[in-house]
Amino acid sequence: MLAATVRVSRDLDLAEECVQDAYARALTSWATDGVPNRPGAWLTTVARRRALDLLRRDSALRRSLPLLIDEGVEPEPDIPDDGEIPDDRLRLICTCCHPALAPEAQIALTLRLLCGLTTAEVAHAFLVSESTMAARITRAKKKIATARIPYRVPPADELPERVDAVLTVVHLLFTTGHAAPEGSDLVRRDLVERALDLGRMLRALLPDDADVAGLLALMLLTDARRATRVATDGRLLLLEEQDRSRWDRASIAEGVALVREALRRRPPGRFALQAAIAAVHAETPRWEDTDWREVLALYDVLAGVWPSPVVSLNRAVAVGMAHGSEAGLAAVDALRDEPQLASYSYTAAARADFLRRLGRFDEARTSYEEALLLTENEVERDFLLRRLHELPS
Amino acid sequence: MAEYLILIYGDEQKHADGGQELRDQLMQGHNKFGENNAQALRGGNALQATGTATTIRGDVVTDGPFAETKEALGGYYLVEAKDLDEAIAIAKQVPHPHGGLEVRPGMVFD
Repeated sequence: MLAATVRVSRDLDLAEECVQDAYARALTSWATDGVPNRPGAWLTTVARRRALDLLRRDSALRRSLPLLIDEGVEPEPDIPDDGEIPDDRLRLICTCCHPALAPEAQIALTLRLLCGLTTAEVAHAFLVSESTMAARITRAKKKIATARIPYRVPPADELPERVDAVLTVVHLLFTTGHAAPEGSDLVRRDLVERALDLGRMLRALLPDDADVAGLLALMLLTDARRATRVATDGRLLLLEEQDRSRWDRASIAEGVALVREALRRRPPGRFALQAAIAAVHAETPRWEDTDWREVLALYDVLAGVWPSPVVSLNRAVAVGMAHGSEAGLAAVDALRDEPQLASYSYTAAARADFLRRLGRFDEARTSYEEALLLTENEVERDFLLRRLHELPS
Repeated sequence: MAEYLILIYGDEQKHADGGQELRDQLMQGHNKFGENNAQALRGGNALQATGTATTIRGDVVTDGPFAETKEALGGYYLVEAKDLDEAIAIAKQVPHPHGGLEVRPGMVFD
């Protein structure tokens, strides 16, 4: 609804106001005349008309408003039952996730304008004050207007790059929700749900895009384990300890079908490969049956397509599982000079785990202590402390 | 004769705090500068604040002004484009083998 209104108003703030007006009008109109057959379409029509009215009535306002760029407002198309033209949402998300906006502003705008969260809710999701978030959103909207960031679906030659930027935002939203960096809950369910909604929306808008399918698959397969990641007493459970019978079979089936589709494209994309790794785990009934050689082979391809320190670390862990703790420890230690990994708690935790398996308990103790210094998440801290205390002295 | 680009640097916060009075004063000053140097001037404009800037390094587009480190300003183009994407598409064609580019919208005065 907002997406369809922005196309008329060409101004994000004005569109938001018009949508609010439409809801307010619905309260009185629907109470007397009853709810219309297509409430979504009714609201969108009212909001768009309001935007047009305001623009026509006050041409001075129109001149002074920094307008969002459009190819020109076309005649009113028929509004489908859900009240929105699919392209409008694609335009809106491409504008919100424009690379010329700061990454945190991209996420904030997406949550605010596509997911409909209030500024207070967005602030809460990112653990900043409401005024900080309001200022961030205002700055981003101002940049969209003054720098003339266009409100349109990018042309075909730019689309893959722009979709990649959108997927990066959705993935970041998902990972932020899936492993909250701070606080007492490991998972922020609200963010995970929003990311899944956006993934499904993109899948509907771009049904032939392998990267979109890959990301949705990755999120579904990861989220399928949601019920088993934390024990009843709040303890973090490793993949090894999780009760696989409680994994969400429907999510796994949907995710696996999407992975197959995403992997058909050559070379496969990073999300498809990460999803394929998640699929190996999802389809293995027992931890001890895990095909680590396959996991490692997938990480090798991933490291080629998407070289990053975090991928290298995950690959090192897979080396250890496929070829023994000695080899795994060597692979982790080979990454010592990566600055990004030095302050990453999982590096120390992975090292500690291999040392523990090798019976080198004193060194393991030092590494667990190092990992503890590097994480703020209480559930992860509890896990590391438990491991530390279990070490024989 | 040769062409020279004169760059005007200033504290954005102080500019914002100065209010209408400062802006009027500046406008008068620039008008006077323009009259006095009409023969020499080839062009010029005020820019929107650095919050509206976009930086390109290689093909990577990011938010914010170009943070100079070792790189020094080496030239400029003034281009007209219908929106930021068109401006970025043009900017990407500017050779920048060992630095980057900043794209900033010019100020529009009513």
